[in-house]
Amino acid sequence: MIEGFTALYIFMLAGFVGYEVIGRVPVILHTPLMSGSNFVHGIVLVGAMVALGHAQTDLERMIGFIGVMLGAGNAVGGYVVTERMLEMFKSSKEKPQ
Amino acid sequence: MIELSYFAAAVLFILGLKRMSSPVTARGGIVWAGAGMVVATLVTFFHPGLSNFGLMILAMLIGGGAAWYTGKKVAMTDMPQMIAIYNGMGGGAAASIAAVELLKGHFDTGTFQTLAVAGALIGSVAFSGSMIAFAKLQGLIKRSILFPRQQLINLAVFAATLVFGLILIFSEAPAGFAIFMFFMLALLFGILMTLPIGGADMPVVISLYNALTGLAVAFEGFVLGNAAMIIAGTVVGAAGTLLTQLMAKAMNRPLTNVLFSGFGAQGGEAMEAVEGSMKEVGPMDAAAMMAYANKVVIVPGYGLAVAQAQHKVWEFVQLLEEKGVEVKFAIHPVAGRMPGHMNVLLAEAGVPYDKIYDLEEINNEFPQADVVLVIGANDVVNPAARNDPNSPIYGMPILNADKARNVIVVKRGKGTGFSGIENALFFLDNTRMLYGDGQAVASQLIAEVKQL
Repeated sequence: MIEGFTALYIFMLAGFVGYEVIGRVPVILHTPLMSGSNFVHGIVLVGAMVALGHAQTDLERMIGFIGVMLGAGNAVGGYVVTERMLEMFKSSKEKPQ
Repeated sequence: MIELSYFAAAVLFILGLKRMSSPVTARGGIVWAGAGMVVATLVTFFHPGLSNFGLMILAMLIGGGAAWYTGKKVAMTDMPQMIAIYNGMGGGAAASIAAVELLKGHFDTGTFQTLAVAGALIGSVAFSGSMIAFAKLQGLIKRSILFPRQQLINLAVFAATLVFGLILIFSEAPAGFAIFMFFMLALLFGILMTLPIGGADMPVVISLYNALTGLAVAFEGFVLGNAAMIIAGTVVGAAGTLLTQLMAKAMNRPLTNVLFSGFGAQGGEAMEAVEGSMKEVGPMDAAAMMAYANKVVIVPGYGLAVAQAQHKVWEFVQLLEEKGVEVKFAIHPVAGRMPGHMNVLLAEAGVPYDKIYDLEEINNEFPQADVVLVIGANDVVNPAARNDPNSPIYGMPILNADKARNVIVVKRGKGTGFSGIENALFFLDNTRMLYGDGQAVASQLIAEVKQL
């Protein structure tokens, strides 16, 4: 378990990292990066799995099921879309005009 | 072992995002982040005390499969709404986690209970808001929806949501009714908040919801004591907030203004009447104007994306360059539906980066341009943003296309653009309208230039 000030430290440092990472991004990559960060919060899937795994009543199971479904959609969709977008950047580099 | 894997996943996410911030390594970045996701997901199956594995796998197959299929199938031009919908799903998942935890109702401390409720609120708003954003971009909802006392009603709904949120925070074991009301109100607020926002503001909104989902994921990460969720969620929350600010700044409008002003539908009558008439031009004359120009600046907009005209336009540009015409692309920060949307499309067509210019870089060059070719762009070249204080887009930096010697506007029809604002540029004396689908027009231009 992560508690109290440790949690606050993690929060602060991770926030700083996020700010720094995007601060150096050229405009040209804003869309792929938004999509990429969208994929990264797909990690919510892990939490939804835990929630469903601990569910005891039918209602909890149902909500957990929806959560896992949505989380998986976020992760998979985010990945596919970002990859397609970035792949395009690559191909445009390979055949410079 | 599980903690170690989550740690590895968090490291991979950050390194992945870092690599995504440079065009050279971007492709590798998403693969790194993807590897982190696979590790984290697989190891979660070994989390102690879990059951319902069958349901879990079934849900993953349904959600993942649907997203895989739509993500692979969707056209490049529809990317923005897909990001909106996947992002909304993440918010919904975070809200679901909170719902399950609240139903269980035994929190170690009040802090966790508060975080669960906060994450639930943010996640729900991001979920329903993103769905509305998707519906708008997909054309399912055509116009900004405004009704009397809208802001008052929104505020009331938000206040009611907060009241139920506080009830949940301060009750020992939250009642099912309160939980239900809380989530319904939060979802309703997300819908109401997004409905009046339209037009050029949509990129900012999607980016904002992206950041919100990140934050919600981080909060639920605290509740579950899951370091990977905390770190990944917070990183996205911070990065998304910065990106949102950059976008709002590009439009010269504070974020509060974007969210609460009901863009594009207010004050329609109060605006200065646009004088003059639209003058048409045929592809032959337009092609001749550009072929004999010294300098041509191309301003692409969402219409280019819709028409998939980027390849034809680039072919046309190459023909012009053979004739010794200097051609530059001018990209407004919010052209299209997302920042960098136009850059992605032009990159797809193979336009080199050094021909593409940002607003600040090129705005002083418009007076020297013989012809500005506007393809499917509207609000970002509307001089009303400079001249007319009553215009909803007043104050937004625009590309000064109207200062060029000649302007050719490629447009599908005579109507107003996505934001519903009349564009004074189209009525100027030096403006000629070239009606037609972007790709068809570009093909005609290519044929005409070849005959010259």
